[in-house]
Amino acid sequence: MGHYLGSTFTIAAKDLRSEFRTKEALNASFAFSVVILVLFSFAFDPSSEQLQTISGGLLWLVFSFAGALILNRSFARELQNDCLDALISSPAPAGAIFLGKTVANFVLLMIVELASLAVFALFYESHFGVQLLPIALVIALGTWGITVIGTLFSALTVNLRMREMMLPTLVYPLLIPALMAAMTLTTDLMNGTPIGKENGIWLRVLAGFDFIYSILAVVFIDVVLVG
Amino acid sequence: MRNKIVFVLGALAAGILCWQLYNILLVLPNEKDQGAIYRIVYFHVPAIFTGFMGFFVALGASGAYLATRNLKYDAFAAAVTEVSLAFATIVLATGMIWGRIIWGIWWTWDARLTTMLVCWLIYAGYLMLRRAIDEPTQRARLSAVVSIFGCTDILIVWKSIEWWRTQHPAPVLSVRDGGGMAPGMEGPIYWNWLALMCLAAVLVIIRMRQENMSREIDSLRRLAHSY
Amino acid sequence: MALEGVALEINGVSKFYGHFPALKDIQLNVAAGATVALLGRNGAGKTTLLRILAGLSKPSEGSVRVNGADVREQRTRRRIGVLGHGISLYDELSAAENLRIFAQLYGYADPAKRAAEWLERVGLERVRDGLVREFSRGMRQRLAVARAFLHDPDILLFDEPFTALDDRAIAVLQNLLTGAHAAGRTIIMSTHQLREALLLATHVALVQRGQLVYEGARTQEMVDDPGYLYRTYGDN
Repeated sequence: MGHYLGSTFTIAAKDLRSEFRTKEALNASFAFSVVILVLFSFAFDPSSEQLQTISGGLLWLVFSFAGALILNRSFARELQNDCLDALISSPAPAGAIFLGKTVANFVLLMIVELASLAVFALFYESHFGVQLLPIALVIALGTWGITVIGTLFSALTVNLRMREMMLPTLVYPLLIPALMAAMTLTTDLMNGTPIGKENGIWLRVLAGFDFIYSILAVVFIDVVLVG
Repeated sequence: MRNKIVFVLGALAAGILCWQLYNILLVLPNEKDQGAIYRIVYFHVPAIFTGFMGFFVALGASGAYLATRNLKYDAFAAAVTEVSLAFATIVLATGMIWGRIIWGIWWTWDARLTTMLVCWLIYAGYLMLRRAIDEPTQRARLSAVVSIFGCTDILIVWKSIEWWRTQHPAPVLSVRDGGGMAPGMEGPIYWNWLALMCLAAVLVIIRMRQENMSREIDSLRRLAHSY
Repeated sequence: MALEGVALEINGVSKFYGHFPALKDIQLNVAAGATVALLGRNGAGKTTLLRILAGLSKPSEGSVRVNGADVREQRTRRRIGVLGHGISLYDELSAAENLRIFAQLYGYADPAKRAAEWLERVGLERVRDGLVREFSRGMRQRLAVARAFLHDPDILLFDEPFTALDDRAIAVLQNLLTGAHAAGRTIIMSTHQLREALLLATHVALVQRGQLVYEGARTQEMVDDPGYLYRTYGDN
């Protein structure tokens, strides 16, 4: 158990150190989300009623598209120099390799999301302070869902010739339930509606999604990586 | 022997469909509220069964492949998914036509229709993945994992929308709003269901044969190209 | 049950791509302490076999065991060192950081110390904090060798290790291989560089079209005339 966690931590630390040194994916991801937010602010009058109803949807669109840039690199960075082979042949369990990368992607995506939220608040003068903790929870759960599925499929598509195209094609349909839940909850929370009887169901969907797929991913990662 | 099965099932499907077409178009009276268009339900509903069934059958076949590594299971899973994609297309098309005529809208977030749309996207992704991988064993292994993840997703989507819809009722594509169809009217649904199942079986058998053959050709090609 | 004096049991290993047999029923017991030169033309199946031995790929049939345990088990992987075509090092990390990561994965309590030891052994102590992408080719290869030997593996798997090495790197590698052999390690090395390999080898295995067509002790005849094996057992 200690070895499992230790390996997970080593891999997560390695990915984060690599990314912070080059900042390639972080910069690209953040730049992309800013561009989307700017374009949306042209399309939708920031002070309108309309914005209230779409804010959650808009945010999660930005997060999931920005996420794709980070997720693509996740296992792809191991291809150069054949590093993936060295990791798989090491005593680190495939599940630990997967979880380490998922945690690293989660951290990176959260950073991009928080930065995007700041930009969003700038353009759209939104008020997050009201229900900060629930919003933080929803964002964390939603981001974990994106990174779990995204990292597993990053491993699955790593050796395919059309990797950049296959990853979004496979991942986005699977993320639909999680994104639906996150969008609804975020919109409600940003408009001041607390999580109650009506939208509580979506919180359960999101948590259930994360739980089920975290387990499935760890179970199947060995089949995906080795055979 | 297999050819005989294909012909018999095909003839059965064709026969029932012709008989029911006559029945549906010429014999049955118009429905009280919906007019003539309700007849589309006799194709919409049976197609739903066949469209959904694909997921669960493919899930079983994918699991069987991973357990036994017998490529025939993979061919079966691929064939069933492809045929189910066709039926899912029928469901979406008939659903959209029906909705357009009854409520004047092309789309509604009806539980079944939404789930079928996500179904369609996941099936399509699965088939695109298969195209992207040349090597049969790798293709079988990775598509099996996608199939398992996809099926889990559909269950999550189905459940979430159902729960949501109990709180936010919306237009539902059904002739059962009042509570059951009139007695004479239900027959064709079950007959068409049988016909479509036979048709699906025929298509699956033919498609499986194609998969098995293309795999043989692939290995012959590899043999020829190895020095 | 482990076989006496056998480091690696390859039991009826086959690998199919669809119906095409890349490897067909490979049966080989590698004796502990042997150095096996794995020979064969390009496309014969050497790399496929090595990947299965390294636990990177699952055989379609058969199994590979080390001391009775399957090669994919954790305790077995701890004892295997792999050096493939790529250097398996992260370009954007330093030499020390790279070795530390692998020392951690292989379970060392003090990874930094282990990494430092090996940096010295391969002569890269001076550039320990340099990023790998700034290294010359020879330096990268020496670091790769350090990574492979870092955890003192009992079994070493090398896929064409002498290919494209500069003189210094070849010397370092030959030194390490001789040392490892003297320490009783088991080495399996696939190669095209017949001379270097046959000088170090105690056994020879020839793979052709996915099948093991010859295996046995290395003889003086092979060293004197490396091509004779291919002529005798090769393409007929």
